[in-house]
Amino acid sequence: MKLFTKRTEPSKLTASPRLDSQRVAVILTALLILVVFPLSMSPFRLGLVGKYLCYAFPALGLVLCWGYGGILSLGQGVFFGLGGYCMAMFLKLEASDKHSTAIQSTPGIPDFMDWNQLTELPLFWLPFKSLPLALLAVVLVPGLLALIVGLAMFKRRVTGVYFAIITQAIAAILSILIIGEQGYTGGVNGITDLKTMLGWDIRSDSAKLILYYVNALLLLGSLLLGQHLLQSKLGRLLQAVRDREDRVRFTGYDVAQLKTFVFVAAAVLSALGGAMFTLQVGFMSPSFVGVEPSISMVIAAAVGGRTSLLGAIYGSLLVNFGKTFFSERFPELWLFLIGALFIAVVMVFPDGLAGVQFQQLRARGRKLWTRIAGERAVGANLSPLARVSPTDADSSVAASGSGGGVS
Amino acid sequence: MTQAFLLEVEGLSVSFDGFKAVDDLSLYVEAGEIRAIIGPNGAGKTTLLDLVSGKTKAASGKVRFLGNDLTQMREHEIVRAGVGRKFQTPSVYESLTVFENLEMSYPGARNWFGAWLFKRTASVIAKVEEVAELMGLAGELQACAGTLSHGQKQWLEIGMLLIQEPRLMMLDEPVAGMSVQEREKTSELLPLLAQGRAVLVVEHDMDFVARIAHRVTVLHQGKLLAEGSMSALQSDPRVIEVYLGH
Repeated sequence: MKLFTKRTEPSKLTASPRLDSQRVAVILTALLILVVFPLSMSPFRLGLVGKYLCYAFPALGLVLCWGYGGILSLGQGVFFGLGGYCMAMFLKLEASDKHSTAIQSTPGIPDFMDWNQLTELPLFWLPFKSLPLALLAVVLVPGLLALIVGLAMFKRRVTGVYFAIITQAIAAILSILIIGEQGYTGGVNGITDLKTMLGWDIRSDSAKLILYYVNALLLLGSLLLGQHLLQSKLGRLLQAVRDREDRVRFTGYDVAQLKTFVFVAAAVLSALGGAMFTLQVGFMSPSFVGVEPSISMVIAAAVGGRTSLLGAIYGSLLVNFGKTFFSERFPELWLFLIGALFIAVVMVFPDGLAGVQFQQLRARGRKLWTRIAGERAVGANLSPLARVSPTDADSSVAASGSGGGVS
Repeated sequence: MTQAFLLEVEGLSVSFDGFKAVDDLSLYVEAGEIRAIIGPNGAGKTTLLDLVSGKTKAASGKVRFLGNDLTQMREHEIVRAGVGRKFQTPSVYESLTVFENLEMSYPGARNWFGAWLFKRTASVIAKVEEVAELMGLAGELQACAGTLSHGQKQWLEIGMLLIQEPRLMMLDEPVAGMSVQEREKTSELLPLLAQGRAVLVVEHDMDFVARIAHRVTVLHQGKLLAEGSMSALQSDPRVIEVYLGH
């Protein structure tokens, strides 16, 4: 039995049993997120889980973009951040009404602008007075940026590690820009003290529960949409682009268009996560935009299994739980620990959690046990000369080595 | 020399770092013709296919095909105009099934939105099965393409071209790495595939070329050396000098 199903194997003409087990896995995940977590956790812990689930959005996007399309982006934090900032700008303007900012030298503008001697709202902040426009911006701003970057890169056939480096550079640039332009962006502190959305207090426990559910439903919706995409010809096409880009091009497909599409889709997913993050956590700052959060997102997708959408959700939960856990106990060490986790996953389980098969684990365990037991027996009964048996040792290493993570 | 030819290559040149890979080459292919292109290594055979398929941009010259100048078009536009191309090493999608490989090449639903909404209709299934039958892959439709033998992958890739119904099919070393029986089968197959289209074959196997080609073009150092039937060329002293004799 697989832990989660994933769609790297060829599909059948008829509905396959794998599709059914995938459906079961989705239902179980939905139950876990919608019922088990809310019932078993305190509001504080549930808030943490809600935060972790925000990171599942960029991980879902990375499964599509990286796992299937073969495009590794180390800049998903950019889109997460832009989505988050678009949401935060609306909430900040609502929190900065004339009454509550009366003590400022210019009342009615966000506090950090006042501290930076701004006397009126910058032009690009104006659309964020309206919730519909702000929600539109959550999707459009990151989507447009991804469209421009995607077209510019993919038309010029920038691929692989070069693309990854460029996206990482964009992440670094954006976070530096946000920190530098303090008066317009709130600088390194970010946009804080977010209170209400259209008068609804987002800090209350009941609001947090509702936002948790909005987030969970949005995530499950994105999951289903992603699965629908991957089961279509488009999903197979992305795999084909990953494996044989030239063949796809010489079959009459515009590869640049397909890549741009999946990159934009991943960006929009990431932005949704960012917006939900702002709503649930109550602030947005450049620390969610730069290189480090972007890489964490890739690690979450890799740990979950980069070709498994469901795995992305569990990977995000696990990695971000680990991040909280380790950063509380070993603040200087946790970055190394998370790096080690990434290396371990890539080396031992290249398909991540989704590639772990219980039967295989059991078989490996048994093999390991017989090896240990066998060596003990050999050591006990045979002469030292016979103890070294290179062929046996080699074959058992090879067998246990090849068993891991193969789907 | 106007409408009679399906493909007209005129004065085509390209050079890489000063090396003239294809030098002022002119070539005319009729509809329904099987044309073989031979020549020693580095003669510019594969480069010629690259130029026609748009993989390499020509420095000068024209490639006319059904009223289009292919030198001005992008790769996928050239494919959509009716030119199919098989690569030197078999290029199939190894993680997909044979069925999915063929289906992917079925024309249409080529933008992201169309591909997302693409439906596997009865006519798609019928076409895939028809081509698989022709290529001897009917029993392998549900097999992963990565598990096929080398020869089967070559056939699958030819099948993937066929399903696009190209007017011009370009095959780069279609029998490389095939067994004797597989070569024989391919040479029987090619005339069938050529019905209603022209086929351009780059191949080193002279027996194979002699069996399938209507006409043969010999390239040497990027230039056209000779053109004609295989038997005529085999007695051409220039051809013997640069190629067959060595």
